[in-house]
Amino acid sequence: MSAGAGAIAAPPAPMRDPAARTRATALVAAAVVLWPLLWLAEFKPWQLFDSGNLQVMASFLAGFLPPSMAPDFLALLWKATLETLAIATAGIALASLLAVPLAVIATRALSVSRIGPGPGRLAGSALRTATRGVLTVLRAIPEVVWALIFVRALGLGPGAGVLALAVTYGGMLGKVYTEILESGDTRSARALLEAGSPRLGALFYALVPSTAQELASYTVYRWECAVRASVVMGFVGAGGLGQLMDQSMKMLNGGEASTILLTFLALVIVADAMSAVIRRVLT
Amino acid sequence: MTNGLFLEGAGLVHANGQRALRNVSLSLGGGERVAVIGPSGAGKTTLVRVLGTSLRPSEGQVFVGDADPWQAGARALRQLRARIGVIHQSPPIPPRLRVVTAVLAGRLGTWPAWKALVSLVVPGDAAGAREALARLELGDRVFDRCGRLSGGQLQRVGIARVLYQQPAFILADEPVSALDPALADLSVGALVAESEARGATLLASLHAVDLALKWFPRLVGMKGGEIVFDRPTAAVTTAMLHDLYATEGRALPQQGIDVLKEERPANVVMLKRPGCQ
Repeated sequence: MSAGAGAIAAPPAPMRDPAARTRATALVAAAVVLWPLLWLAEFKPWQLFDSGNLQVMASFLAGFLPPSMAPDFLALLWKATLETLAIATAGIALASLLAVPLAVIATRALSVSRIGPGPGRLAGSALRTATRGVLTVLRAIPEVVWALIFVRALGLGPGAGVLALAVTYGGMLGKVYTEILESGDTRSARALLEAGSPRLGALFYALVPSTAQELASYTVYRWECAVRASVVMGFVGAGGLGQLMDQSMKMLNGGEASTILLTFLALVIVADAMSAVIRRVLT
Repeated sequence: MTNGLFLEGAGLVHANGQRALRNVSLSLGGGERVAVIGPSGAGKTTLVRVLGTSLRPSEGQVFVGDADPWQAGARALRQLRARIGVIHQSPPIPPRLRVVTAVLAGRLGTWPAWKALVSLVVPGDAAGAREALARLELGDRVFDRCGRLSGGQLQRVGIARVLYQQPAFILADEPVSALDPALADLSVGALVAESEARGATLLASLHAVDLALKWFPRLVGMKGGEIVFDRPTAAVTTAMLHDLYATEGRALPQQGIDVLKEERPANVVMLKRPGCQ
């Protein structure tokens, strides 16, 4: 080929890795930011092993042993566990009803106007930002605050807990669904959108099949969190294991508290097993 | 509504500043069949994406049918896109999808929403999908997962999706790059037959020169983002091909279907296609 015939001279190949400096800078910056944060948080782990402190902690923990196995307490525990499972499950179901439509609106992976970019790009981007804002507000307010609000409207009991979970966890699920949908292989969705498919078509024929495992696994993990969150909500009268825990702690009954903690452990193990099964089914 | 494709002085500079197309003018009549050839990085993929309304040219104009896609409203653009079928070099199909669903997805642009949702549970037109796959010798894999297929089989699923879509424009970006010579020949033949049967306009970028020579009456050579030649296949000389690929004295990239090796008068490659003349 003759020189200069529309050929562009290639720049000389760099001798050093061009990314090296950026990475080193980021590493140093992270250390500089983290160190003062540890001081602010009064992170002094060596105090844990101070002999006086060890003794205080040991006597506190000793109060939890042995776990209470009284039959009438176990009956109460069984009822409270079922109630907690019902609150968590209903809460997550309502939360996903809220989260799925918001995530479909907010995710960039399903944006038609971003292709090109085409007509309605500004409106689309404004709508996505607004939806992300809604998701942020929903999850920025802790579920216990929502529970306090709903308890005033619905009275004491599991109903307020379910609604509080639905709102906060709707915000969390929506945000993470949005990001999971964007983090997979979005080419398949884009190819369908470029062949005139509506957004829901691209969602179900491309994005969901390629991210089903992550979506399911995160939903089950949130269900597990909802089970634990019911402890805090029980403190404000939203029923379930939390309320039982509240009573045991107030009566300084460590044995009952540790039985309740063992129940939580069992529930988390169950959630783990469920997640594993769902992921296996979805491979 | 005509089925023509039209580019006037089109240029494209990617967001990172890299230029992919420079002053490309190209016009295809309705039902015309054109192969685009050229070395890697010539801009063939970008050309297909600009014509497929996937990239908006930074300079010049593009018309698909009678419409400038970038002046159309959102609804008109979606209807136009439903008439464009793009075959991607690496098929954008999630491995979890079953073959039948991947093929039926070709008609999402025309199916009503309820039909698309029901079809996820019970395939809406398994017979139609099987028919499209059978034309590519893949009829026996209808209910397999796409993840269980080889690269070449998946590439044919991508072609079957577009056959099932029945678009007015078939834009193929290296559609047979993962296929062996016999299947590559069969698949390009199926695309050409589809274009002939329905009058669909077909533009295919091909890496194998022999396939382009065999199946297409018009060749466009690209290099460095520009069109180097655009003429009837019969008027393309071997010297032009060697110049395009800068392969003086070496072999041209080909699939191995024995078109180039045959005798040619005056160094001109003849359009040769069984049952065509």
